[in-house]
Amino acid sequence: MINTNISIGQYIPGDSIIHRADPRTKIILSLAFMVIIFMMNSFWTVFELTVFVLMAVIISGVPLKHTLKGLKPLLLIIVFSALLNIFTTKGTPVAETVPLKYITYEGLIMALKLSVRLALIIISGSLLTFTTTPILLTDGIEKLLNPLKVIGVPAHELAMMMSIALRFIPTLLEETDKIMKAQAARGADFDTGNLLQRAKSFVPVLVPLFVSAFRRAEDLATAMESRCYRGGTGRTRLRQLKFTHADIKIVLTVLVFVAALLIQEYMW
Amino acid sequence: MSLDKSIIEVKDVSFVYKSSNADRPDVTALSDMNLSIREGEFLAVLGRNGSGKSTLAKLMNALFLPTSGTIIVNGLDTTNEELLWDIRSSTGMVFQNPDNQIVGNVVEEDVAFGPENLGIPPEEIRIRVDTALETIGMTEFKEYAPHRLSGGQKQRVAIAGILAMKPKCIVLDEATAMLDPIGRKEVMRILRKLNTEEGITIVHITHHMDEAGKADRVLVIDEGKRVIVGTPREVFSDVKRIKKLGLDVPQVTELMYELNKCGYNFPTDILTVEEAIACLKQSLPSGKEL
Repeated sequence: MINTNISIGQYIPGDSIIHRADPRTKIILSLAFMVIIFMMNSFWTVFELTVFVLMAVIISGVPLKHTLKGLKPLLLIIVFSALLNIFTTKGTPVAETVPLKYITYEGLIMALKLSVRLALIIISGSLLTFTTTPILLTDGIEKLLNPLKVIGVPAHELAMMMSIALRFIPTLLEETDKIMKAQAARGADFDTGNLLQRAKSFVPVLVPLFVSAFRRAEDLATAMESRCYRGGTGRTRLRQLKFTHADIKIVLTVLVFVAALLIQEYMW
Repeated sequence: MSLDKSIIEVKDVSFVYKSSNADRPDVTALSDMNLSIREGEFLAVLGRNGSGKSTLAKLMNALFLPTSGTIIVNGLDTTNEELLWDIRSSTGMVFQNPDNQIVGNVVEEDVAFGPENLGIPPEEIRIRVDTALETIGMTEFKEYAPHRLSGGQKQRVAIAGILAMKPKCIVLDEATAMLDPIGRKEVMRILRKLNTEEGITIVHITHHMDEAGKADRVLVIDEGKRVIVGTPREVFSDVKRIKKLGLDVPQVTELMYELNKCGYNFPTDILTVEEAIACLKQSLPSGKEL
């Protein structure tokens, strides 16, 4: 079964203070944190950031191993940019011999700091999705985008699209599985051949899948209409987002920490 | 609850699907349909594929507007666009495919979808959602993702979603067609319960004759025209005519019909197994057990 391997949004249930915080707080803080991480350049501030992010992971109760696994897909980018830094930064060479001549101390330090910062950005971003259910995340995004309606951002529509996509991912995965089995029963081969051949063998799966997705979309639109859906205006929500003590605590902690970092980085 | 007041009034309604292709003719789905659905009744609608059943259902929910004639739902004319949301919240609709009508990511969120659209305050929505889930017996599943439910459970959630809008009437457009026997039974039980306990009018379009046999009245449509209306007994007793319309009669009714063909003389309007047993018992020589 394909659908058992994929857990959408990678939410990990828990009851930590980070789990309990409002999605809006978490979204804004993780965005702000990404900017802050890029602003920090000195060795010590990067080190302190690392400690802070690791502590946040520990508090959230998300297994550290799981968090580090999230780095895997982006490992290539991290390694590549580190190498680029190592070889392009000018400064004192590590040694006079040929291969080491091109590597500088400054480059090594730059590469280290950069990779750590990239890793931190990914970890703090995934901490958001680890501790927030996709539904709450969607709600949070809708609420945050709401003020932008004035300049024509379709906040409600975007959120509704995300939420319907989330709703239908398991349904479509199930359907893909069913179609693949049906095609395999008629002799289709998905597992052998080179990459191009395998991609080609997916065409008979994708065509019926698309046709059915369109039919589903039409059915769903009719069903939504018959249940009085008429866009976002005048619509209320069952689930109300509320800021609590958890939010205040988290915001204050981050603010104090960031202030300390900024002073260290720019005043000293 | 008076059975005399009509909740849906269909007057001389015709509906034509306009063809977008000039080479193909327009298709008349309904012609000169007249029907009065009484408040609190359980009406089953039968008809072969393409007979116009689904079109009739969609007209009752103002998803389609009649080409000619009028439809009055709960005292409101469906052609009046200002009344659209009142009409749709007073007659809810359950569709055939359980997967394609659930909007929410969690059961309770889906049940709340209708009331949310109506702009009802959150506290009130909470009460309505909890009551609706209790009525259909799905309270323990309220945090479930819809794809983890069975077909019958999904259809019950869809019914709850309509209940939360506090409707007077529920129209089911072949809602049991994709369900297994257990799911069908679940849905029928809920429908009966809503009909008798809450006085909600049920219009149930179905292919299953045993379900139609349990209704108060049966409407048979063919080629867009009303053919027969009557109690299940009246309708199914004319086995020949029903078969001619491409439909079946409940299995026991058919059994008695076939026995009568062999020279027996049983009543023709038998709908349940119990009735059939009683009749067969009577025809046995006295003293013998069946």
